[in-house]
Amino acid sequence: MSESVDTASLPDHKEPDLSYRERFPLLALIIQRLMLSLALLLAVSVLIFGGVEALPGDFATTYLGQSATPQAVANIRKDLGLDRPVTTRYFEWLGNAVQGDFGTSWASRNSVSEQIGKRLGNSLFLALCAAVISVPLAVGLGMLAVHFRNRIPDKIINVVSLAAISLPEFFIGYLLILFFAVKFGIATFPATVYDSMAFVERLKAVALPVATLVLVVLAHMMRMTRAAILSVMSSAYMETAELKGLGAFRSIVRHAAPNAVAPIINVVALNLAYLVVGVVVVEVVFVYPGMGQYMVDAVTVRDMPVVQACGLIFAAVYILLNMLADILAIIANPRLRHPR
Amino acid sequence: MSDYTKYLAGRVASGGMNRREFMGRAMAAGLTLAVASQLFTETAEAQEPKRGGHLKLGLEGGAATDSKDPAKFLSQFMFVVGRCWGDMLVESDPLTGKPVPALAESWEPSADAATWTFNIRKGVQFHDGKELTIDDVVATLKRHTDEKSESGALGVLKSIKDIKADGGRLVLTLNEGNADMPLLLSDYHLVIQPNGGVDDPGASIGTGPYKLASFEPGVRATFEKNPNDWRSDRGYVDSIEIIGMNDATARIAALSSGQVHYINRVDPKTVDLLKRAPTVEILSTAGRGHYVFIMHCNTTPFDNNDLRLALKYAMDRETMVKRILGGYGKVGNDFPINETYALFPEGIEQRAYDPDKAAFHYKKSGHDGSVLLRTSDVAFPGAVDAAVLYQESCKKAGINIEVKREPGDGYWTNVWNAQPFSTSYWGGRPTQDQMYSTAYLSTADWNDTRFKRPDFDKLLYEARSELDEPKRKDMYREMAMMVRDEGGLILPMFNDFVNAASKNVKGYVHDIGNDMSNGYVATRVWLES
Repeated sequence: MSESVDTASLPDHKEPDLSYRERFPLLALIIQRLMLSLALLLAVSVLIFGGVEALPGDFATTYLGQSATPQAVANIRKDLGLDRPVTTRYFEWLGNAVQGDFGTSWASRNSVSEQIGKRLGNSLFLALCAAVISVPLAVGLGMLAVHFRNRIPDKIINVVSLAAISLPEFFIGYLLILFFAVKFGIATFPATVYDSMAFVERLKAVALPVATLVLVVLAHMMRMTRAAILSVMSSAYMETAELKGLGAFRSIVRHAAPNAVAPIINVVALNLAYLVVGVVVVEVVFVYPGMGQYMVDAVTVRDMPVVQACGLIFAAVYILLNMLADILAIIANPRLRHPR
Repeated sequence: MSDYTKYLAGRVASGGMNRREFMGRAMAAGLTLAVASQLFTETAEAQEPKRGGHLKLGLEGGAATDSKDPAKFLSQFMFVVGRCWGDMLVESDPLTGKPVPALAESWEPSADAATWTFNIRKGVQFHDGKELTIDDVVATLKRHTDEKSESGALGVLKSIKDIKADGGRLVLTLNEGNADMPLLLSDYHLVIQPNGGVDDPGASIGTGPYKLASFEPGVRATFEKNPNDWRSDRGYVDSIEIIGMNDATARIAALSSGQVHYINRVDPKTVDLLKRAPTVEILSTAGRGHYVFIMHCNTTPFDNNDLRLALKYAMDRETMVKRILGGYGKVGNDFPINETYALFPEGIEQRAYDPDKAAFHYKKSGHDGSVLLRTSDVAFPGAVDAAVLYQESCKKAGINIEVKREPGDGYWTNVWNAQPFSTSYWGGRPTQDQMYSTAYLSTADWNDTRFKRPDFDKLLYEARSELDEPKRKDMYREMAMMVRDEGGLILPMFNDFVNAASKNVKGYVHDIGNDMSNGYVATRVWLES
């Protein structure tokens, strides 16, 4: 992602308000990115709308399935205005969405915002728990692997994390369920969470899905940390640090890590985005009421307001996390802040 | 002990039936006086239901899109939820499929079966303390039959012309005679709600044994006991928790780890593994759902009855049940009715796999070249495998089947009921009349075999208003024979409902009406400690 920052800010020099941009390069970048994300979100909404429209069958026929009577189908279509042209329906939805009204679900007639509020909260909670454990663990293990590179601990860390990433996530999930819930009976399963649940109960419930997610994202982040630090380690100033008598671990933490931080932040951001939006399978396996499950249910019956809202939120999460990663990379590396 | 006597015993134990009634019915079921008498004493003691406890169900089928409005109940999850908090006017007997009183105490048809009068039970309270009145009943039925209604029961109620109250009684006037009217009112959408649910369709206020305490669509529903329940022979546990679990493995894990007491939809492929768990009992119930291969009787080459017969004889039904259903099903006989329906015509010869007969009819039909069969995994679980198995069994009769796999999305719109030969699924209907009217009447929208026979239609209408049961049964036999020998339906198998429970769940009733004890599972079972 650091390349994209370079190219994005390079043309700034040719524009007249150079001084303003040069004085607040970060602010300018954030504003530019925000404008771009709005355009992206709009494009995403068009794509999703078009995609769902292109699927065979509309809401009325798929919702009623094989048991649809022509009368019931006609009633639903009329009720929801599905008999009107596609463009009319899209712009009507867009008009409301811009004002923050995502409408009501066609199927359950509940407010979409209210439902998403709950589901998104659940998804974020799961992602947060997984991130709190996996990010420090991955970075720490990466540093350990560098410290012991090509020795036994490095190899163990590599093999174990690669094994974990090689197994499909649902399989890891089933293994954890089999051993910790069924055989030993020490973990809570299913991981269904609900409003009236106490915080400690909630933590217990998510233990297994969090463990699964940690195993899935760990290797990616750990290996990126290891590779980034190793490339920095081979540079001249690291040799200097070693020659001036700094301990190995200290030189990694003080000199190598800050320079290696940009690629690490990027891979962490990507994995965090995955933790929020890519965990449908884990949600299904652990019966966890998150966003992914919600969106899949909605796509199944072509519940357009819900699909649109979920799609936009997913896109926004990706855009925001990528932006955050770029900003953090710039903060960490002053050279990127003042492009030549 | 047969399921029926088990059920009777359950009713005895729960106080729903006295000794005299029990003896009568048990002896009618073929038990001797001495055995029945002993059974009564034994079961009345052994089957004493325990009250109390917290029952947890893990069910497939819930979705975030589920609506709390009974008119829009679709999923298996909502099916059970609705049965917990609500009552219909009529229920169906779990073992004979005949209508039995619920909120309607009794009923009486006119001589032509076109006007029905229902006496509504008195002294029944809704969960909010309001007394059930005839006006609530009328409003409920009106809401479901309204022109603008989106009710899932609209189809079964469309013959109702007028709904009105006459004193404390409900009077339904129909467009034509229908001897099945009471049974149709047992449809799970037709929950009687205060003022018909017009004010707040999703309020979930009913007269059922449990009150809905919390609900999150597709995720979880919890119930508390309704202390003012009008019936004592149900609602044994104190509270119920239903969790939506759409992953088959998750359900099995939850059951075998003891986190839930009951799960539905056990995959036939893994049921033998689950059976090995010491704490688990498999509950398999014969159902009305059937997997079908359908030919359009009016489209070449299927307009030739010899070709249709050839394709029927070329079906290896036993293998289908074994391979596709893992043994959890019954072979079909090319008409859509089995013994779970009231007035089932017994004694019709079972059609078996016969490559010679198939080859004979195939030759007689004069058809040449391959036959195109369209299929998809959404048609029924294992439909593609079934099509390939069928291809093999046809090959032995010298018939060449070309299997075309269609995309699952849009299968119900573009292939089923549109293409001349495809695989499909029927969920069954509450009555034979409903089943035939839905898919075998000339004018039916879903006549997916294009079976158009005026003599069949006439018989169907006559049987519908016939109140004399033996006569009616004969008519149904004649109709079954027509579909079996001349129709476009190849029906290799009826699938069982395969569910599972932990062994401390007692009192489970194998209800022929529908899956999960006809949705009543949570209100009928109790927990042994």
